[in-house]
Amino acid sequence: MTLVQQSSPHARRARSTSRVMLVVILASLPGLLAQTLFFGWGNLINVVWCVLLALAAEAAMLTARGKPVRFFLKDNTAAVTGLLLGLSLPQFAPWWVSAVAVISAIVLAKQLYGGLGTNPFNPAMVGYALVLVAFPVAMTTNWAEPAMLANAPGFGETLNIVFTGQQTTVDAYTMATPLDEYKHKIATHTAVEVLQHPTFGAGVARGWEWVNGAFLLGGLALLALRIITWHIPVSFLVALSLMSLAFGANEDQYAPLSLHLLAGGTMLGAFFIATDPVSAATSHQGKLIYGACIGILIYVIRTWGNYPDAVAFSVLLMNFAVPFIDHYTPPRTYGHHKPRRGIPGKAG
Amino acid sequence: MTQLWSFPGGLHPAENKHQSTARPIRVAGLPERLVLPLQQHIGEPAEPVIEPGDHVLKGQKIADVTAGMGVPVHAPTSGTITGIERLPVPHPSGMPDWCIVLEPDGNDTWCELNPIADYRALDREAILGRIRDAGISGMGGAGFPTNIKLHPPRDRKVSTLILNGAECEPYITADDMAMRERADEIQKGLRIMAWILRPERCVVAIEDNKPEAIEAMRKATEGTQSEVVVIPTKYPSGGEKQLIQILTGMEVPSGGIPADIGVMCQNVGTAIAVARAVYRGEPLISRVTTITGAGVADPGNFDTLLGTPVRFLLDQAGFNPERINRLILGGPMMGYTLEDPSVPVVKTSNCIIAATESELPTPEPEQPCIRCAMCAEVCPMELLPQQLFWHAKAQDFDRAEHLNLFDCIECGACAYVCPSSIPLVQYYRYAKGEIRTQHAEQIKADRARERFEARQARLEREQLEKEQRRQERARAAAAAQEKKEAEARQAVAEGDATDERSAKAAMVQQALARKKKAPAGPQAASEAADVDALEKQLEQARSKLETMENMLEEARAGGADNVDKLERAVAKNVDRVKRAEQALADARPTTPEASGEAADTASASQDKPDIAHLEKQLTQARDKLETMRGMLDEARDSGANNVDKLERAVAKNEVRVQRAEEALGEARRQLETETGA
Repeated sequence: MTLVQQSSPHARRARSTSRVMLVVILASLPGLLAQTLFFGWGNLINVVWCVLLALAAEAAMLTARGKPVRFFLKDNTAAVTGLLLGLSLPQFAPWWVSAVAVISAIVLAKQLYGGLGTNPFNPAMVGYALVLVAFPVAMTTNWAEPAMLANAPGFGETLNIVFTGQQTTVDAYTMATPLDEYKHKIATHTAVEVLQHPTFGAGVARGWEWVNGAFLLGGLALLALRIITWHIPVSFLVALSLMSLAFGANEDQYAPLSLHLLAGGTMLGAFFIATDPVSAATSHQGKLIYGACIGILIYVIRTWGNYPDAVAFSVLLMNFAVPFIDHYTPPRTYGHHKPRRGIPGKAG
Repeated sequence: MTQLWSFPGGLHPAENKHQSTARPIRVAGLPERLVLPLQQHIGEPAEPVIEPGDHVLKGQKIADVTAGMGVPVHAPTSGTITGIERLPVPHPSGMPDWCIVLEPDGNDTWCELNPIADYRALDREAILGRIRDAGISGMGGAGFPTNIKLHPPRDRKVSTLILNGAECEPYITADDMAMRERADEIQKGLRIMAWILRPERCVVAIEDNKPEAIEAMRKATEGTQSEVVVIPTKYPSGGEKQLIQILTGMEVPSGGIPADIGVMCQNVGTAIAVARAVYRGEPLISRVTTITGAGVADPGNFDTLLGTPVRFLLDQAGFNPERINRLILGGPMMGYTLEDPSVPVVKTSNCIIAATESELPTPEPEQPCIRCAMCAEVCPMELLPQQLFWHAKAQDFDRAEHLNLFDCIECGACAYVCPSSIPLVQYYRYAKGEIRTQHAEQIKADRARERFEARQARLEREQLEKEQRRQERARAAAAAQEKKEAEARQAVAEGDATDERSAKAAMVQQALARKKKAPAGPQAASEAADVDALEKQLEQARSKLETMENMLEEARAGGADNVDKLERAVAKNVDRVKRAEQALADARPTTPEASGEAADTASASQDKPDIAHLEKQLTQARDKLETMRGMLDEARDSGANNVDKLERAVAKNEVRVQRAEEALGEARRQLETETGA
């Protein structure tokens, strides 16, 4: 009889980080499925490629840093970073664009900051923003035309496009994203004219509405399983909606609310990206502020900025603000009249 | 329906209570020996009142606390005291402590008991005294002396008395089974406590997962003013602060006690003990303890004599030592692991879990925190556990304290849900311990500084006062001089004297007249000289005594073997000082006025030698002070532990020097005045 000596509590819930990340991966599958159905094999190929690269980069960095490789790889966090990039990059993004995004995400944004738990910025979004700024053409001209799987290029052809970069054939399958299209056309056209473009389809945004719906579904599953709390997604979406209602009521000038919610990376951003716990605010109040500010920034950048979509920039900008938000939004502890804000020894 | 509130956070761990509620409470029986720790409560440890070899009866007091807070310990059965030793006791530190070992004689003979038939006929103090004498301390976990808890400060009126039957921790069923089977006793104990406190409301709170206990307590309290309130099952609803929040919606102020908001919580087991102490006159010698876990074949609750070794109890429940890998005292959320199954059951031992590896698996290695905030979601105190962890790990204790580390109740909810398997509570305990140590050191340093500053201020003040006195005296002397001259001038003006000489004659006359008032000059002078000699003797005796006392103190601290001799010497010197004091008192004239004048005359009659003598004294005192100061500085530098003593000695010598200075000054002035006159 050798007795284990250990500090309380002795009972533990069997829900490890690895399990949490696995649930996140599973919850993203409906979205990936919708992407594949409406935009072809591109995203799936991207996801596989990015995840493999992410794992390799993580393993290399862990080795270089003298950390146990297996122990950290099995926490699935690198896989999630790869997955998120694979889901957000354009379907026909050349392989090296994805590679730059993934490697900078894992090496620069995560491991050089100290690895899991210590990165101030969302790694996937660092990678995304980097390639968006560095390779604007590759990042805006490689979006697949929304078409059902049957009409899209086949698996082999997509692989060929992604990895050999036969740009000539790509043109036939690509199309500007709905947000991009609306933004550039609305200056000279009316809303009715703009919406004639095939990218919008009969609904809000052909294909995109389904993809966003599927990510919303996955996000609700994460909420139900209590992997995430409602604060960030809800404040994110509410703030984006309020901004759109307040400033963009005129459809002949600004993209309508429905487009903001159901096109681009809105739902993926609200439920899967902004909720990355490492780089997000922590208290309930802090999460509300954090989410709302991301929603506001997304609207501002989409409407008045140079980029058609803005999830990456908004999330990164708010990542900067997280320590500040955290300092000023602690909850009120039991038995205290007020929360203790700020830093000890300083006013606040 | 009573209104209930909720508390934030909390969780629902697997209850695992059914294993130990299948059978009624069993009597554990008599082990071969009982080990009774002297400290089973919060406060000062009890001191044995028996000797090894003594035969004691069941219920006889074997240890008591004479100074400070604490409660006595009683013999749980009749038998022989075989030793008072340091033995392993149930404590998270795993350190041994002093215990009385009792070998039962098997007869289980009670000592004489004094039941109280009608406690209402007595006053409350008497009942509180009975509760104390029965050795009752809180049986829920902390072990705070119940008589003190039941006697809150006068300005803290308890309006709500809560009997805590929540028992929210998994596995533990001791209170549940006690409520099922001993509801009547619980009710009686509760009424006694209510009679002492006179609350407006008396609540028995039970979680809704204990229907049998609820039923039994409802029946027992029928027709009384106590109400049974069923609260939703959620860990840690049985935490004092959480239970108060559930029942009253109020929060205990941070750093305060429930009585601050007019609430008091008492434990089920404590109520039984109080009832027995009053109605049967029995002290606290047994308690209900749950023995459970997959490591025992026949789990259940046992009526256990205090001091029963855990191993004995486990064996009663079909212990299988092969299977277990962890032995927990308390629940799986807040209990601590035992190193040694020979430790005894004490007043606060409510549960022992013999857990197998599959039941409570060894935790995964700690992973980095991913800031998921699941810990914050479940924290019932609304803390930010991950930030606390972060600051504790970085030893940034200021920040941790700023985020209310000390409000953490260590319920373990955060660590329970942590996906990174971080032993969060352990980090908080570490940080709390470090901060407490730092505070203690800070207080010590502050006190030393305050002492130094106070001394500095006192010296300055005294210097100032001395200066003022000197100036006043100078002024008075000048005034007197003026007066004399004025009188002389007046005399001249009146024509009694025509020249300077006659004025001087008048002054001489006046001086003579003054002297006549005093007793005969020379006699007084010799008397004063006597007194002086005696005073000197007394001072010498005193200083010798002081030296001796210091030596004795040092010898005691150092545990030297000449303490006895020194004590005798000190006693002798005390006598000597007394005798000298007596002699001096005898020698001194009876009225203070007379003695004052005598002293005046004496000093007047032998000015010169006096001053020389005083000067010598002053130099000696100064030398001594200098030496002392040097010693003190050295002691301070080396951090010796006699700094306090030296400081006192220096202060004393400073006073002495001052006195000598004053005396010398006085003497000189007098000389001046006289010669001037």
